[in-house]
Amino acid sequence: MESQAFQKIYTKLNNITKATVTLNAADVGYDEIATVHGRMAQVVKLMGDEVTLQVFSGTEGIPTNAEVTFMGRPPQLKVSDDLGGRFFNAYGDPIDGGPHVEGEVRDIGSPSVNPVRRKQPSQLIATGIAGIDLNNSLVSGQKIPFFADPDQPYNQVMASVALRAKADKIILGGMGLTNDDYLFFKNIFENAGALDRIVSFVNTTDDPPVERLLVPDMALTAAEYFAVDKNESVLVLLTDMTLFADALSIVSNRMDQIPSKDSMPGSLYSDLARIYEKAVQFPSGGSITIIAVTTLSGGDITHAIPDNTGYITEGQLFLRRDTDIGKVIVDPFRSLSRLKQLVIGKQTREDHPQVMNAAIRLYADAANARTKLENGFDLTDYDERTLEFAKSYSDKLLAIDVNVDTDTMLNISWELFSKHFNKAEVGIKGEFTEKYWQK
Amino acid sequence: MERKNKTTGKVAGIVANLVTVKVDGPVAQNEICFIYHNDERLMAEVIKVIGVNAYVQVFESTRGVRVGSNVEFEGHMLEVTLGPGILSRNYDGLQNDLDKMDGVFLTRGEYTDPLNREVKWKFKPLAKAGETVSAGSWLGEVVENSIPHRIMVPFKMEKRYEVKSVVDEGEYTVDETIAVVLDEDGKEIPLTMVQKWPVKMPVKVYKHKPRPFKLLETGVRCIDTLNPITEGGTGFIPGPFGTGKTVLQHAISKQAEADIVIIAACGERANEVVEIFTEFPELDDPRTGRKLIERTTIIANTSNMPVAAREASVYTAMTLAEYYRTMGLKVLLMADSTSRWAQALREMSNRLEELPGPDAFPMDLSAVISNFYARAGFVYLPNGETGSITFIGTVSPAGGNLKEPVTESTRKAARCFYGLSQARADSKRYPAIDPIDSYSKYLEYPEVQENLVDVVGEGWLSDVIKAKDILLRGKEAMEQINILGDDSVPMSFHDRFWKSELIDFVILQQDAFDSIDASTPLKRQKYMLAKVLEVADSEFEFAHFEEVSGFFKEVINFFKQMNYSEYESDEFKKHEKSLEELLKERRN
Repeated sequence: MESQAFQKIYTKLNNITKATVTLNAADVGYDEIATVHGRMAQVVKLMGDEVTLQVFSGTEGIPTNAEVTFMGRPPQLKVSDDLGGRFFNAYGDPIDGGPHVEGEVRDIGSPSVNPVRRKQPSQLIATGIAGIDLNNSLVSGQKIPFFADPDQPYNQVMASVALRAKADKIILGGMGLTNDDYLFFKNIFENAGALDRIVSFVNTTDDPPVERLLVPDMALTAAEYFAVDKNESVLVLLTDMTLFADALSIVSNRMDQIPSKDSMPGSLYSDLARIYEKAVQFPSGGSITIIAVTTLSGGDITHAIPDNTGYITEGQLFLRRDTDIGKVIVDPFRSLSRLKQLVIGKQTREDHPQVMNAAIRLYADAANARTKLENGFDLTDYDERTLEFAKSYSDKLLAIDVNVDTDTMLNISWELFSKHFNKAEVGIKGEFTEKYWQK
Repeated sequence: MERKNKTTGKVAGIVANLVTVKVDGPVAQNEICFIYHNDERLMAEVIKVIGVNAYVQVFESTRGVRVGSNVEFEGHMLEVTLGPGILSRNYDGLQNDLDKMDGVFLTRGEYTDPLNREVKWKFKPLAKAGETVSAGSWLGEVVENSIPHRIMVPFKMEKRYEVKSVVDEGEYTVDETIAVVLDEDGKEIPLTMVQKWPVKMPVKVYKHKPRPFKLLETGVRCIDTLNPITEGGTGFIPGPFGTGKTVLQHAISKQAEADIVIIAACGERANEVVEIFTEFPELDDPRTGRKLIERTTIIANTSNMPVAAREASVYTAMTLAEYYRTMGLKVLLMADSTSRWAQALREMSNRLEELPGPDAFPMDLSAVISNFYARAGFVYLPNGETGSITFIGTVSPAGGNLKEPVTESTRKAARCFYGLSQARADSKRYPAIDPIDSYSKYLEYPEVQENLVDVVGEGWLSDVIKAKDILLRGKEAMEQINILGDDSVPMSFHDRFWKSELIDFVILQQDAFDSIDASTPLKRQKYMLAKVLEVADSEFEFAHFEEVSGFFKEVINFFKQMNYSEYESDEFKKHEKSLEELLKERRN
């Protein structure tokens, strides 16, 4: 670290916009942080001796003679085991009334992992939710978001996934959380008696939106400390990434950049990938798994934010209210876990892949039957049976309140197959049908 | 362009990875330079020059870089190093050998040698003293992972030369002189096994480039049977996320009948690259019995690597492919995904404050894509041998909308279109290639049709067209059934629909994760298509429409069991026999 003993103080700003200030200064590094009128800022442009600083909390009230000091370093976080159980803001300062954390200083936004040094993710993360474990199994080192409408209980589901998964550390990166949601997380973590393995970085709706941009990097710097230095399995929860992307577009707009699709910056893909690609299985045993939330507007997944996210993450989970059973389910059609192939039928029972596919195909047949019914057509006997199957399948397996192990999920599936269909209709490889068909 | 005296400069401005450098001498567009920051050297490429200011895109993070830092220009464009030892390597987009880097994390400013300079190769001379040679002529050969690797006159040598001497058969490192040639003035030029070539320039040392005419077998039924690609052909796979682009690409790269496979992971997920790293060394090449990794080179620019290197990665991959093509080899080049490359162009265009085209992409996007696809192709080399680059790129259309600029531009350039359909993926009908929208222009080429008669047989093309017609009629029948209801349409509609389902389930759908079903040789594809068409041609007697679906489901089930069984094995025959019996009962 550079010495902070002698710091030059600048007191003349040339320009002030809503989010940035410009001044003349010498020997400034790109990406370096500074304080402007006591507020945190970061270098976003250097042109000759003219420096443009982005002020995270906005420029309201900043005078042209404001004091500016450069820190000579990028944003940093102090890491140590003392992070456990603590709540921090986007700058890594405690917001729980506790003392500052002492530890090793790390630059946030560290370089990428060399792809040849990564290990293939291979450890199943069991959640007990069949909509996830049976149809969209999670694997350590994976990155997967919930695509959810704002009214859906995504934070609740995410919290229960986090607490049931056997992770050594859980790191919450909250961006634009409402105060209620912040208290919800705080409560549920405390009640689970798991507080010391949880670290939270939280930007609430009370805080300036641009500060959110620091939250994922803070959370992931802490995650890398536990995963690399301590060889722990770390689960990072990022909610809500849509609000993170919105903050990106605010900055890009104020920097006069030409927007691409949906007013988002042209670099949205790279900006999101930089965060999500931190999910990794390290050769030494540590891992970072990212579960995120991307809220949708009106279920539109073609919007630039979910669209770019979908291309980066290893699948996505959709929640949907099933009116037949009056519960929220994990939608089997639109949800996908790309890494499930690495574990299903390998760490789970051999019949898992085929059972999963057959059940979803039959569930799709039920959806067709329902369309027919809605259009006023007569249903065939097969249609009727698929509808009955779909209802039980939804209730016993897809609902988010299910909490059983994978073998039980498979047995329930076979039970439903045998009850509603014949073997040809299910169409699973003969060897499995012989073994598991329930007469 | 090559310049001997080095131009230098100083950093004058920085915005993200776009750096302005004030230069003190001549610079060229696309010239490479290094920015010195503390003890790091950061590589960058000139993308615009205005007066004394060169605008360079840095292939690394610019964090901490200061105004006034020294810059040195290299006098050449971005180049790759070509020589034996490229196969089985894992490179980044700038051809740095990733395995040579220490540490779990990438270090900024660390560049590694793409070749191994110590290993000795068994060299066998091919040219003799006194012969006249030119760029790309074969001087000798070494064996690289069982593949004959020709040592050629460097592509940059544009004139004609006389071979003075070639070393005897023996073991040499890549840097030892293996031949000496004389130029027109009688000046001696010593040659080693290594040469360099700028990636943005196509290698054109072939005699001519005919239209592709030979089928390239991929083992994927809905490609080979319905819309085949050719040796030296181009194709693209657009699809919304989650429709199986990557699984399909991996399947093709594992199974296709190619000597060399080059995979450019361009701005994609790191775990997908890891999957290749992990699986390919284990998997056998069905054609040679050796490991797949031995014929494969991977260019990995994962999505979190610097964006400028992403643009370079596809060019690096193409240049390596051209190098191997000039040795007379069949190269398959896969790029996943070309949309990320286009986005890299967009990010830079945006920072350069250029006026944007559609969706903020640069105006020349379409031309850039066409030029790139044009580098693929089947060629006749000056010595009469042939080589080819078959190129298949994936496209990730924003919002799954096939009217977006990257898909539209690619459609103009590529000859095969394998559109992945969300609806098929949702109902888990993989590979989700839409059988009706997809096309292969090659099927219309008379020379390809002739080749199909040779390799598959007389009548194959008409069978394929028939299968396509059945699929289309089936789709129409289904639409009618959906509008009018099951019992309001004639029985023949159900029959027609289910016959198309039969082709869908048995021919189109293929289980990429089943060891047997994953790859279907052409002979087996021919047999299965004939068998399926035999059923489709038959008339069946049904009393009620509900019987139709029940019957066809049973038929499909037997066919699927056949697909899962070893071809012509007892099990295969057992299922085939059950199928025959079932058909006999129903046939009138």
